[in-house]
Amino acid sequence: MSKTDLLIVGAGPAGMTAAITARRYGIGVLVVDDQTAPGGQIWRSVETQAASERGDILGRTYQDGKATTDAFRASGAHYEPRTQLWQVEPGYRAFVSHDGKARTIEAKAIILATGAQERPAPFPGWTLPGVLTVGAAQVLLKTAGQIPAKPVWVAGCGPLPLLYIVQLLNAGGQIAGYLDTTPAGNHWAALQYLPRALRGAGALLKGLAWKAILRHRRVPVIRHVVELEAHGSDRIESLSYRTADGREETVSADHLLVHEGVVPNVHVPLGLGCAVEWRDQQDCYVPVLDPWGETSKAGIFVAGDGAGIAGAKAAQCRGALAAHRLAVQLGYADEQNMLKDASCVQKSLARELALRPFLDTLFRPRSRIFSPTDDTVICRCEEVTAGEIRAMAQIGGCGPNQIKAFTRAGMGPCQGRQCGYTVTRILAELENCPASEIGFYRVRPPLKPVTLGELATLDQEGEVV
Amino acid sequence: MFRKLHEPAEAVTVYVEGKPVVAEPGENLAAVLLRQEAIWSRPTPVKGSRRAPYCMIGVCFDCLARVDGVASVQTCMMPVRDGMTVEHQQRRRCLPS
Amino acid sequence: MHPEIIVIGAGTVGAAIAYGLARRQHRVLVLDGDDRDHRAARANFGLVWLQGKGQNMPAYQQLSRRSVDMWSGFASKLTDLTGLDLQYEQNGGLAFCLGEDAFEKRRSDLQRLHNQLGGAEADWRMLDRAELARLLPKVRLGPDVAGASFGERDGHANPLQLLAALHSGILRLGGELRRNAAVRQIVPSEAGFTVACGNETVSAPRVLIAAGLGSQALARQVGLEIPLRPQRGQILVTERLEPLLPLPTSGLRQTREGTVMIGATHEETGFDSSATAAAAADLSRRTLRIVPSLAEAKLVRQWAGLRIMTPDGCPVYAQSQKHRGAFVALCHSGVTLAALHATVLADAIAAGQLPDSLDIFHQSRFDVPKAA
Repeated sequence: MSKTDLLIVGAGPAGMTAAITARRYGIGVLVVDDQTAPGGQIWRSVETQAASERGDILGRTYQDGKATTDAFRASGAHYEPRTQLWQVEPGYRAFVSHDGKARTIEAKAIILATGAQERPAPFPGWTLPGVLTVGAAQVLLKTAGQIPAKPVWVAGCGPLPLLYIVQLLNAGGQIAGYLDTTPAGNHWAALQYLPRALRGAGALLKGLAWKAILRHRRVPVIRHVVELEAHGSDRIESLSYRTADGREETVSADHLLVHEGVVPNVHVPLGLGCAVEWRDQQDCYVPVLDPWGETSKAGIFVAGDGAGIAGAKAAQCRGALAAHRLAVQLGYADEQNMLKDASCVQKSLARELALRPFLDTLFRPRSRIFSPTDDTVICRCEEVTAGEIRAMAQIGGCGPNQIKAFTRAGMGPCQGRQCGYTVTRILAELENCPASEIGFYRVRPPLKPVTLGELATLDQEGEVV
Repeated sequence: MFRKLHEPAEAVTVYVEGKPVVAEPGENLAAVLLRQEAIWSRPTPVKGSRRAPYCMIGVCFDCLARVDGVASVQTCMMPVRDGMTVEHQQRRRCLPS
Repeated sequence: MHPEIIVIGAGTVGAAIAYGLARRQHRVLVLDGDDRDHRAARANFGLVWLQGKGQNMPAYQQLSRRSVDMWSGFASKLTDLTGLDLQYEQNGGLAFCLGEDAFEKRRSDLQRLHNQLGGAEADWRMLDRAELARLLPKVRLGPDVAGASFGERDGHANPLQLLAALHSGILRLGGELRRNAAVRQIVPSEAGFTVACGNETVSAPRVLIAAGLGSQALARQVGLEIPLRPQRGQILVTERLEPLLPLPTSGLRQTREGTVMIGATHEETGFDSSATAAAAADLSRRTLRIVPSLAEAKLVRQWAGLRIMTPDGCPVYAQSQKHRGAFVALCHSGVTLAALHATVLADAIAAGQLPDSLDIFHQSRFDVPKAA
């Protein structure tokens, strides 16, 4: 067992900034991260790639991450890469695994900076080899400098597909076509939030610039795609789509990259029993947090996109605020001085959050992903279809946990990360009630699979770090 | 398949189903698998349908393989090492007898 | 619908009895709680089990025998009706013994129980390590395994499919199943019972309380005092594996899907149903002493359920003396006893009178004589 004042889980923008801030107060900090190097998903491999040709392809926002990873490395926080968190118990005791060895960490407080994952967006054929998420393709570009060898189809909604297409073109890759699934009405609905969003005009201009590049490079763009299907027996061979105005087409496809936004990683707070609430505008659950990021469990904070999707800059602000608050709680600072330091961070966070209503409305995903056709596999692990969920809901429709028990959806190794929201939405549709009334799977340990051998050798005593 | 944009300055050898292939220090095993000419996939334990790396951030568990003899390894979370072996995982996992 | 009986609780016990009543053309209304309630029915290990049961009350062993004898017919009827496969297998079951002392103790415990029952031919035997190894050709047993007891009539089923099938069966037979209808109050009246649940009340001439740990408070309202406590049982389940264990064992069974279930703890921790790393470590250590190769298997899920425990661990079946028509059925072996619940017990409740053979399970056995 090791002991620390503050345990930070994740070393993306939020986790690193929290660590840097906490270290300034002299707090003992241990950061566990399931990646091999700091940076999180947005700045994956930035330490080695910022100054490289690949860094130029990925752009300034990516390269800027190097300053944060440098500051993090210099902060004096103890960093443990490739370390997966699989359980947290009151006290707090965190259980982690590294290279096949499990151990316990005792912490006075924990900041969960576990970020987000791409929103599961099931459609027929989404499990076929050759279908990946856009985020996955971008990780491959960042970490391995690799791109699809043949012209690739991209389908989805949100800033990430646009950014990736631009990066891919800069890298010399080719786009077969962009199937833009942004619903037709979103632009009008988003307009009301535009004035507020103009405070963050930089981000908006970036989006416009990406679109201009797509036009300039003559990327085929098919707008208002409402239905998508991938075909093939052992891998994707072709795809079909249908647009809002009824245009249907089937085209051959070597790879398809999909993206329908991101959702917070709420498994850890849910597993801990922290209160969560449904955020309709982002179609997801978010932990209930005070202005500093503290959850309903004292001493457990959530920072970064895990607190609600707001991007890297907001994540850094949230990481800093959580650390400021903890400095007072753990007795490293007095409240007055801390508030002075924190006030400009609070202002920056407000500026970042002002953008969200506009972006969330503009990029709200198409309704089909929440109500997949009966033949669509919705639980990738247990291969349960939407039709099977609906059939069982007629028998045992008392909630997602009963559906899980009756169908095995959510019982595989991913722990419902790929099907949880879909089950909630299917049940909400059947019951004709808001998703907030349906709830989510009860999250069971382990948060990530761990071998029985590791468990059997779990140490209960040990040194203090 | 995917292709690398550059020739790795440093290289290690990874054995994919016994065949030596070039990999670059710092990249993960799933990236190497995605560069193979014949698409790399495994049959699932449930229905035997084919799966390949999908999310690349450790949340989908589709990229599982046998790595250095140990099954159910998430290849997207596994950095390459020189001499590493990777084999297809067939449906349900077999334990060593 | 004007129900003839309201069944409070749609867990394995309530659902099995309600299914049995619906089969007898009774108009049944089943009231189920919330998705996030304590639900022993969803935390079950899935054994249909005889060996060793009832060491303190041989009648419990006999009751379980009656149910096990009916299980196969019960399962096939339910499958025919609903199309759901309960995955019932009755090829015998094992209880591993770690060390010679444990082996001898197991033998004498089972022999004593057998002697208490009297007469019947033994349907169990002790297997030494060599015999056990022949029975489990794919398992390399750990060095501490001295042998096992083997119960010929033991078996296992998928408890979640059992629950789904019972619910489906109730609906197909015309019963009504109401969700999110946790019961607040039962009011006895001239014509029967009025039950307040959710925002409404429902009435029927009879009521059956099968609400697990929630039964204590409800039974009190019909004049039955039942001492109950929760006992936590934690279970681990692995990823899907190639067939390894051809038979279920008391703490280890491989499901049809290939997952290996490992259970269960017995913890007196009140209503705390959290799963703990300490229990995961303990269960793993014990399992690896039996099957060391499982060390490589990944744990994918761990959960805790709360057993519905009476002071002697045996079931309670009772009708209120004060308010005839109010019944209680409680136990922590709802899977094994499901066949009996759906037949013998459903018949008795339909007839309005529990048979003498169940007298020993009346809650009055816990009544403490009041001081004068």
